[in-house]
Amino acid sequence: MRIDLNGTATEVAARTLAEALAELGYAGALATALNGSFVAATARAETSLHDGDRVEVLAPMQGG
Amino acid sequence: MQLFDIELTSRLLLGTAQYPSPQVLTEAISASGCGVITVSLRRETAGSGKANGFWPLLKATGARILPNTAGCHSAREAITTAQMAREVFSTNWIKLEVIGNADTLQPDPFALLEAARILCAEGFAVFPYTTEDIIVAERLLDAGCRVLMPWGAPIGTGRGLRNVDALIRMRGHFPGVPLIVDAGIGAPSQAAKAMEIGFDAVLLNTAVAKAGDPVAMARAFGQAVAAGRLAFEAGLMPPRDMAVPSTPVLGMADLGLGGMR
Repeated sequence: MRIDLNGTATEVAARTLAEALAELGYAGALATALNGSFVAATARAETSLHDGDRVEVLAPMQGG
Repeated sequence: MQLFDIELTSRLLLGTAQYPSPQVLTEAISASGCGVITVSLRRETAGSGKANGFWPLLKATGARILPNTAGCHSAREAITTAQMAREVFSTNWIKLEVIGNADTLQPDPFALLEAARILCAEGFAVFPYTTEDIIVAERLLDAGCRVLMPWGAPIGTGRGLRNVDALIRMRGHFPGVPLIVDAGIGAPSQAAKAMEIGFDAVLLNTAVAKAGDPVAMARAFGQAVAAGRLAFEAGLMPPRDMAVPSTPVLGMADLGLGGMR
């Protein structure tokens, strides 16, 4: 299916958010949101993805 | 000082953005003596591992982490960002920024209040980036905020305290609430001024990060904040319009050489 990953159309075979992160090679300290709502790390495995979903994957960054 | 029952040894909070290098950043944090640093969350490219370098570096400083919601323009956006930050940074502290205008980066008080209410109810320790407006401040306290962070000047301008009278009124109006001047401070003298008028702390970033020598400037800010606080505690003399001699006049010699007294 095709999801919107951090603003970029991305093709994934994964069925859940956890699978998608693994498929795309994400690791380390990350936070996720699906269609504008926070998804806790513990909930990623049971969070299904659907065509057109907007997924945000954020990481710690410098800030003021 | 205490913030949410956490004892802090320094009244300076320092941002971590825009430094010339990670090494300068960590040296500046150390030189400033600050006990709290601000951080953000940004999009991560798969496999880049950027976070895996930056985050351990900050953790190693030992400073307490205050994540922000910088760049958020709606309550919903700020709430989701805060929830994401709480998980990644393992803290319920959040510097709540909801921007109302892209040019002035001034807080949107309506969206700020809405987000603050929800986040306080969810157990966050909310540090709202607000203006010096006392009514907005009262509403934020009603919403559950226990700290207020009025701006000194728009973010990144370095213009100092643009509305000192209003900040003094705010200080007087909320005697028991920790008040932190956040944004707009460009020079140590401005930070000292904020402390002299009784603010509990200052939060700044660009003034240190963009200084010619960020590490030396971090040290200068640390000293200015400490000096300003000491001056406030010591009690400043009341200003006068007319001159009053500091050297005693009594006992002055009359040398008979003229001069009007």
